[in-house]
Amino acid sequence: MKKLLIFAVFALTAAVTYAGGYRVSLQGQKSLAMGHTGVAVVNSAELVFFNPAGMVYLENKLNISAGVSGVFSDVKFQNSEFGYSAETDSPVGTPFYLYASYKATDWLAFGLGVYTPYGSTVEYPTDWAGSHLVNNIELAAIFVQPTVSVKLFDELSIGGGPIYVSGSVNFNRNLNRTLTDLDGNRANVTVDASGVNAWGYTIGAMFTPTDKIKIGFNYRSEIILDAEGGEADFENIPNSPLTPFADTTFDASLPLPAELTVGFSYEFCEKWLFAFDFNRAFWDVYNSLDIDFADPNIPDSFNRRNYKNASIYRFGLQYEATSKFTLRAGYYFDESPVQDGFFAPETPRNDSNGYTAGLTFNLSDRFQIDASFLYLRFKEVDASYDFYFENGVAVPFGGTYKSSSFIPGLGISYRL
Amino acid sequence: MKTYIKYLFVASAAFFASCEVDFDEPITDEGFYSTGEANMSSFVAVGNSLTAGYADGALYITGQENSYPNILANQFALAGGGEFTQPLVDDNLGGLLLSGNQIAENRFVLAVDANGNPGPARLSGTPTTDVANGLASPFNNMGIPGAKSFHLVAPGYGDVNGVLTGTANPYYARIATSGSATVIGDATSLNPSFFSLWIGNNDILSYATSGGSGVDQTGNLDPSTYGPNDITDPNVFASVFSQEVEALAAGGSGGVVLNIPDVTSIPYFTTVPVNSIPLDAATAEALNANFALYNDLVLPGLVSFGVITAEEAAMRTVSFSEGLGNAPIIVDTDLTDVTTILQGPPANLPPDVAALLGQLRQANANDLIVLPAASVLGTQVGDDPTAINGVSVPLANQFVLTATEQARVAAAGAAYNAAIQNIAAANDIAFVDARSALAQVANGGVMSDGVMLTNEFVTGGAFSLDGVHPTPRGYAYTANLIIDAINSKYGANIPNVDIGTFGTVTLSND
Repeated sequence: MKKLLIFAVFALTAAVTYAGGYRVSLQGQKSLAMGHTGVAVVNSAELVFFNPAGMVYLENKLNISAGVSGVFSDVKFQNSEFGYSAETDSPVGTPFYLYASYKATDWLAFGLGVYTPYGSTVEYPTDWAGSHLVNNIELAAIFVQPTVSVKLFDELSIGGGPIYVSGSVNFNRNLNRTLTDLDGNRANVTVDASGVNAWGYTIGAMFTPTDKIKIGFNYRSEIILDAEGGEADFENIPNSPLTPFADTTFDASLPLPAELTVGFSYEFCEKWLFAFDFNRAFWDVYNSLDIDFADPNIPDSFNRRNYKNASIYRFGLQYEATSKFTLRAGYYFDESPVQDGFFAPETPRNDSNGYTAGLTFNLSDRFQIDASFLYLRFKEVDASYDFYFENGVAVPFGGTYKSSSFIPGLGISYRL
Repeated sequence: MKTYIKYLFVASAAFFASCEVDFDEPITDEGFYSTGEANMSSFVAVGNSLTAGYADGALYITGQENSYPNILANQFALAGGGEFTQPLVDDNLGGLLLSGNQIAENRFVLAVDANGNPGPARLSGTPTTDVANGLASPFNNMGIPGAKSFHLVAPGYGDVNGVLTGTANPYYARIATSGSATVIGDATSLNPSFFSLWIGNNDILSYATSGGSGVDQTGNLDPSTYGPNDITDPNVFASVFSQEVEALAAGGSGGVVLNIPDVTSIPYFTTVPVNSIPLDAATAEALNANFALYNDLVLPGLVSFGVITAEEAAMRTVSFSEGLGNAPIIVDTDLTDVTTILQGPPANLPPDVAALLGQLRQANANDLIVLPAASVLGTQVGDDPTAINGVSVPLANQFVLTATEQARVAAAGAAYNAAIQNIAAANDIAFVDARSALAQVANGGVMSDGVMLTNEFVTGGAFSLDGVHPTPRGYAYTANLIIDAINSKYGANIPNVDIGTFGTVTLSND
């Protein structure tokens, strides 16, 4: 009974994952249920993502995990000075993953992962008060990662692999706060680029000093998505030589920052496992979002972001309740990479607390159903973006933001 | 085992429940904003073109959407205000038809000419708003472009049959509930819970914009005898204004009135400089030779005969010089008319020359040249290359508002404003000093929400391309003044608008 209470309390204060910026930390239901820990947890093919070094410690020859999450996110904005209020009407995001690991020998395993760690879909009401910054944005990236894991000693393994990324972005905003065509329709631009490819890598190490304790390390490299020749579509532009906007192409770069994770797991009381991960995301690479329009008459768009490096602290707990059920819960604190004065509504992220829980149900020796959910809670924040300029004059846009995300997820695991 | 599941579900339910996101103090909650002692359930705005949202020399849909009453109503709605209806015209061209015949021009837009120079131009296209297709309904916005104070209580002002003859107003004819209805009558039929009234501008403005072509009717208490460009007698103004306020205030929770800005601080009068005619040395010399007789003999002669004062003679002296800064010659109807005298001895001038010199003088720094003169000054008259407007042909009276005429406008305006303030106080309603606010815009400008408002034509942000009426941003600024006055008078808490989000002039080469 005491254990039950502990579990319940822990579940209530426990955590979920969805990181700052446009990082979406939903890379495995088992891990997510434990606060998205996993750099030092060996229990499924999710290791392909969390720490390739651990694959070689999986007991089964073949492990497959696949899953999908439904991201129900909501952002509310209000500004009491002018009476603005807006709420996003974003479609449900569906990040997914598919991992497989194959143990070739006692000391060598291969793996493959396909997953979506970055993405953002935010839709504000068209022409809302901040429409000169964003009306809607859809950002998606699929990662494909072949992986190898090698056991160097009984206590130490390493792993890693290249990452191939294919990304796309679609972004619409009004050109400024006032320009319209003759009928009052706001002039706007949509930039669209898809099939943007880039390469990166992941490397990891796992140290198991005792059979109860594991220590993990994982580094995922920075990947810069260079969109070249994307389409820029200008709409509702007045017919005037004074407004030189016409459809053209553009170049832009979007960095996916490097990420370092260290952590450990500890098995106790036979059926319990505690895990802790520390993430450091090197967001300082995201200094500015610059859109370089090919048409020389169209002024390029410079949007300062000035992100800072940010840390995430993740805690997870697992309890093997019965032979059929494994229960999990977790918590994380996600520090926002957005600095004061740079709070842009396209990624309205302040510090957040993630509460997670989930369970695995063993259908058979081979099949498991993994369920998780994450409730990501942001504090209400008064914030502004101060680096929007009109005619050389800074025009800050701000107010009070409140966001939250509720993210249920379902997955399946297969062992052979 | 079952217990575990149960706990998990309880935990899940807790998460779900707390998932509802809302602000600690949502501005959409009732009571966050308030209209105080004012009741905005039925807000009715009465006035002239300024109230209608007229801009760029026309009334068009997007202009109406940015009328200050509509901006106000949108902010009132945040504090529980009611629906606000406007008699939207049928297009964004702005011209008017009367039974298919165009009677009002389309709006101005900022176009770029063949040489790459931006300037106002009429938007092309056939307008679709026909005054004869009457809406016959009162609207919350009862702003009637062109209306003077006494028009609002004049039956027949909305009679469509009187539009062509000038006894009725096409904008009111379009919405009047009957041919004999009055604007105030239609407005009060909506049982306003709160009203705004901004009227009286045209009682001096039409005189001013016509370069003083009308008559100052101060002393004449019968407005039915006034011409369209006359100055309304201040007692007539005070009387009808008081009557209108009382009618609108009856049964309501209050209202707000605005006074009359200094009309001569608008771009219509401040854009064309008085001395802008370029002359080369030879032309200047030739012109001076032409006027030598007039300057050196005629004027001193008139003084010696006691026809004009030495002061008037000095004012009438014409002098050109080489360079860019020559003032035009003008007809000043306030000068002594010496046409007949000049035809007699000793001058014995031929009638046409005498008529030319009859009320002639050169413009000076105290005169205001109206905006439409920009396209007339320096242009040739007819086929004669020596007949140049402002140089050899005097600029007509309608293009110049002289110091004397300005004084009449100022005197009447001051009298109206005194009446407005007194009547506001007597009726215990809110008062907006629009005159001081415009003076601020005109003298250095107003900085608000990242934008500057000045009275500079085209670029100043406050005035539309007709040089008289505000831009949406100018109207938004006006709306904020009214909101501040209501907040203060009625203990309301209604948010301002961000004027930087309102547009200025519209660009188009259509």
